[in-house]
Amino acid sequence: MSEHLDLPEITWHRVSPRYIVVDLVGGFVFALIVVGAGGVVAYFTGLAWVWAAVALVAVVFAVALALTPRRVRAIGYQLRDDDVLFRRGILYQRFVAVPYGRMQLVDINRGPLARALGLSELKFVTAAAATGVVIPGLAEADAESLRDRLVALAESRRAGL
Amino acid sequence: MTGFTDGEWHRLHPLTPLLRGGITFVAIVGFLLYNVRDILIDMVFGGPGGEAEPLLWLYESEYFWLAVLALIVGLGLVIVGYYLAWRMNTFRITEEVLEVRSGVLFRRNRKGRLDRIQGINIARPFFARLFGAARLEVNVAGQDANIKLDYLTSAAADELRRDILRLASGTRVAEAQARAEQEVRLGDDGRPLPRTAAVSQLIDQRVHELLAPELDPGLAPPESVVTMNMGRLVGSLLLSGFSVFVLALVGGIAWGVAATGSYLFLIGVLPALIGTSSFYITRFTRSLRYSIAGTPDGVRIGFGLLSTSNETLPPGRIHSIQVTQPLLWRPAGWWEIKVNRASTSSAKGAAGQANTTILPVGNLDDVRKVLALVLPDNADDVSTALFERGMLSAGGDDGYVNSPPRARWYLWFSQRRNGFAMLPGVVVLRQGAVWRQLTIVPQARMQSVAVSQGPVFRALRLASLRVHTVAGPISPSLSAVDSVEAVRFFREVADAAILSSSADTSHRWRSGEATA
Repeated sequence: MSEHLDLPEITWHRVSPRYIVVDLVGGFVFALIVVGAGGVVAYFTGLAWVWAAVALVAVVFAVALALTPRRVRAIGYQLRDDDVLFRRGILYQRFVAVPYGRMQLVDINRGPLARALGLSELKFVTAAAATGVVIPGLAEADAESLRDRLVALAESRRAGL
Repeated sequence: MTGFTDGEWHRLHPLTPLLRGGITFVAIVGFLLYNVRDILIDMVFGGPGGEAEPLLWLYESEYFWLAVLALIVGLGLVIVGYYLAWRMNTFRITEEVLEVRSGVLFRRNRKGRLDRIQGINIARPFFARLFGAARLEVNVAGQDANIKLDYLTSAAADELRRDILRLASGTRVAEAQARAEQEVRLGDDGRPLPRTAAVSQLIDQRVHELLAPELDPGLAPPESVVTMNMGRLVGSLLLSGFSVFVLALVGGIAWGVAATGSYLFLIGVLPALIGTSSFYITRFTRSLRYSIAGTPDGVRIGFGLLSTSNETLPPGRIHSIQVTQPLLWRPAGWWEIKVNRASTSSAKGAAGQANTTILPVGNLDDVRKVLALVLPDNADDVSTALFERGMLSAGGDDGYVNSPPRARWYLWFSQRRNGFAMLPGVVVLRQGAVWRQLTIVPQARMQSVAVSQGPVFRALRLASLRVHTVAGPISPSLSAVDSVEAVRFFREVADAAILSSSADTSHRWRSGEATA
């Protein structure tokens, strides 16, 4: 009965599969810190229900980590004639369309792990804070050419705010 | 005659330091005079000394002249400082930018691009009004991106506003000058006013400025389209959420006194009383002389009784509009209109809140007029009728694409009303059956559009919509829409946003006319 939101006519560009590693490691480190802290608390209190809670959190993290490859594969973007389409998420899906003329600036960010794998993250900034379009896991050269192309497109379609 | 558009640097009103210091300055001078008077009387008539003892001692000692000298030098330095600050504070307008320089030791230079102007505000604090001065503030998009010119003479502020708006609108210079030639200021008898007015005329002018309605008759149709009705204003204040809070507070205190039998609870009453009455008085006096009128260069909104402010929003500077009706206002049929703007003005709106409220309270007719002003392209019958259904209709098949019945699980009361509609140039979102609200977003101002769906909505085949605009009191969004309709909305709005923004020339709103 349930069906996903979809835009069937769009052929999505997917992000690099190497980004799965970045996302996995990041998620794993975070999970380790949270579960570790919970484990320490549980060890010192010695209460059974605290252990149970920590175990539950660990299971949730494990499921989230197991779904990471699918989640990364769900990230997609396409540059149309006049706007960028962006999608992400499986369970919580989100589609955004940003016209080129609305872009105020384009950021390229690189974390340490992503840099080691030769990946970059592209962030679009419009006058609205809620736009929130970030494309992770682009090859460095791709990210830079994409940025230059986007800036040029934004320049040619510039309008008022 | 347009003295400001020559591209030269201009200075502010000579009384600027005094006006900026305002009341403080007057208080200090008054205090000094009061003390000196006592001392002088004591000195001349040989009084008993008393409070002036240290000064008398100083007068008799050999350091007296040194002290006088120090005082004179100190005063001189202050005056020279203020004079320099005034002299160094200059501004100019060119075709492209408004530029302000200020500061003596630390120089500041601020340029604002004219096509990015979001609004011009002329504020006249009561003290400045007495001297016929006004503060002009040009709002450029962004936080703390305002260019302030305080103070100018009242007439100069009006003239400067007209010049800036004209340059920003993109009208050609030659044409502008030709028009300016005709706009020589005329006296009551129809002859041009001499540049140097006689003293009596000056006083007349001051009185006239103080009493005149806030809208400059030469620039705006003299009639505000909405007149604030005293009864409605009082009623809307009494029926506000704040009043409910006050009643709850009073009830709480009364209960506390009755239950404990001690009057300790009453200690809090006095500060609360002062707080609440000042809230009501400010809001009342600010809104009493509310006016809104259309001018060729945008919507002009005036507020204030003693201290007035008057803001011009050029066309295309309103990023979204929301008409709301609090539950308590419903029997009376009153509405409030707010807008999102790309700039933040330091001048306050009706209630000391940020001035995003463009109609503090009004009936259906007022809402209709204000919407026609801020959305001139959607003033036709079809749009107006749709807006009205958006405000009043209980829902159903009335031009809006509403949430399907299965959304009732999520929207208990408003499922029938929760919907969207598309008109040429705008997106209309309708929400709420208890707190009714209608949000209108001009397509040319949308930054982006999003559709999203979580697991619960997926099971119900629903989705959420969101239109991103600049930050403000309104965040246009709609939840629990049929997922097929949501995707259709997403497609249409994404296309419409591109079309509208590429056709939009409102950053130079009259450039079309000029070339025609």
